[in-house]
Amino acid sequence: MSKPHAIVIGAGFTGVAIAHDLALRGFEVTVVERGPIANGTSGRTHGLLHSGGRYAVKDQESAIECIEENTILRKIVPDVIEPNGGMFVAVEESDLEYREEFIAGCEACHIPIEEITPQEALRLEPHLNPKVITAFLVPDGTFDPLRLALAFAATAKSNGAVFHLFTDVVGMVLDGNGNVLGVKVWDRANDERYEIRGDIVVNATGAWVGQITKMAHGHVPITPTPGVMVAYGHRFVQRAINRLVRPSDGDIVLPQRRMAVVGTTSFSVDDVDYIPIIRDQVQMMLERGTKLIPELGTAKVRGIYMATRPLIGSSGPGRSISRTFKAYDHKDLDNIDGLVTITGGKATTCRAMAEKTVDIVCEKLGISAPCTTKEVPLISYRRFYVD
Amino acid sequence: MSDEKWTVTFIIHRQKGPDSQPHFDEFTIEIHPEEFVLDGVEYIWAYKDRSLVFRHACHHTTCGACGMRVNGVEKLACMTKIADVTQDGGKIKLEPLRNFPIVGDLVVDLGPLYRKMHEVHAPEVIPLCASPWEGEGIKPPQETPKREDGEEYIRLPDCIECGLCVSACPTAASDAEYLGPAVLAAIHIQGIDENPDLLALADSREGVWRCHSAYECSAVCPSNVDPAWRIMDLRKQIIARRLKFKK
Repeated sequence: MSKPHAIVIGAGFTGVAIAHDLALRGFEVTVVERGPIANGTSGRTHGLLHSGGRYAVKDQESAIECIEENTILRKIVPDVIEPNGGMFVAVEESDLEYREEFIAGCEACHIPIEEITPQEALRLEPHLNPKVITAFLVPDGTFDPLRLALAFAATAKSNGAVFHLFTDVVGMVLDGNGNVLGVKVWDRANDERYEIRGDIVVNATGAWVGQITKMAHGHVPITPTPGVMVAYGHRFVQRAINRLVRPSDGDIVLPQRRMAVVGTTSFSVDDVDYIPIIRDQVQMMLERGTKLIPELGTAKVRGIYMATRPLIGSSGPGRSISRTFKAYDHKDLDNIDGLVTITGGKATTCRAMAEKTVDIVCEKLGISAPCTTKEVPLISYRRFYVD
Repeated sequence: MSDEKWTVTFIIHRQKGPDSQPHFDEFTIEIHPEEFVLDGVEYIWAYKDRSLVFRHACHHTTCGACGMRVNGVEKLACMTKIADVTQDGGKIKLEPLRNFPIVGDLVVDLGPLYRKMHEVHAPEVIPLCASPWEGEGIKPPQETPKREDGEEYIRLPDCIECGLCVSACPTAASDAEYLGPAVLAAIHIQGIDENPDLLALADSREGVWRCHSAYECSAVCPSNVDPAWRIMDLRKQIIARRLKFKK
């Protein structure tokens, strides 16, 4: 019997992790991506390998997913991660109001934390605001976004997955009953159009899932929620610095190579293909960032960028929507067979998102194959190009 | 900061597939002078021409995907401000990197570079103590902080494998087999004393002696790697070894 053929739309974190999981479970895999690897939200992530501390009070489902996946990613893809931990710091008296909730939340989610003195915090991170009142060490990390995605893609490719980059999905191949048989694509690098047929189509296009489901006359409730990040050209800190407050704007400073990256904001948009930089938000990142690292104000800006989170749900302000993820079988949602959509989630949880999605795909196709991605180490990201 | 936008004409290299005839297309857009060239390219793709292909991922210089030639000079488009390369009413010419196979429009295949970096086992992450410090040239810092558990901090290295150095290198233009600046820098960073296989590569026909000392690689490197200095230092080290063995 020939292998079942899965078509994955999107080569962001979710798409490449799904391709990897499908390939390990014995599928023939074709990935279609309209740009290069990780060109949308994934590439433009802050780069924080979440410990879950940020969500431990208000969004414990996400927090638990984060700490579990943080541990797994450190093990399976250590070569794209700066595993230096993180710190939550209180810099104003009012921040202390959050301290008890934070401790209780982390305990409930099994996130290991350690409270340290301001002196110790400043010894570890000398550029920290000297007004630090208390600090907690957490197992955060940082990662290179493109290389994280490439590592999944490289491993998928080594197991037979085929990638069609710079190739837009322009329509669905439907049967007479509206079920999905495949995709119609446009290879923009060579200006060629063709069809790809498969046993299942997986829509892993994040903030763009609505554009794809629309082609199949289906729908998925998501709220595209962009935020700004500002990269400064000096590595002021060696670990992720989080403000000890409820998740808010501009309350995280990350190290990455020779940079410090401050983020982020949260607002709603309609068109996600091009998000203009909002100058007021850039200024706010500087103001908020300097509360954590005062010297940020002396550093040169190296980059400013907007990334659009694909939050699940269809209403409400961005900060109140859970960061968890959800996979939908459109047979249940819209009575359309052959299409599964995954959205929501975070970079940190991409492997778990893939596991859940491929579980649904296997169940739909009557295939019994356990997920092994928790244990299988990824190969070097460079091997995406080595063949 | 003023919200006033500039009118800028982007002149973009177009080519569908590696074998077709290239040409240039012009797109005139309104853009804030503090925005970056990559923002302009993405805007043109979003609103002017969906057939345009270009490489990008992180938009903040950690991934190395958006290398291209801006007005003839190798740049990361994500960190190149509009105001630094043109004026209101002015033009910006965008071309793909040289010395790599063309995929289409502004996209080249960086595979040859990644493959060579793989061959010389360039480290993907390095200890902080092996990383040059800001303001201290390319020498590792005298002292680096340690983690609370006494372990070394680990960080991503400076080289982001963007290919700008290879595109700017006149030797790479005439010799596809030349290891090239980024790869020789990766050998230097690891050390030839510790890695006999790398010594052999650096001292080979396609190694450090191929370099014509144009220093273009260091001029365009967006990430403090300074490959030219490293190539010259490798030469010194290799000569010193030869003299030592002669004695």
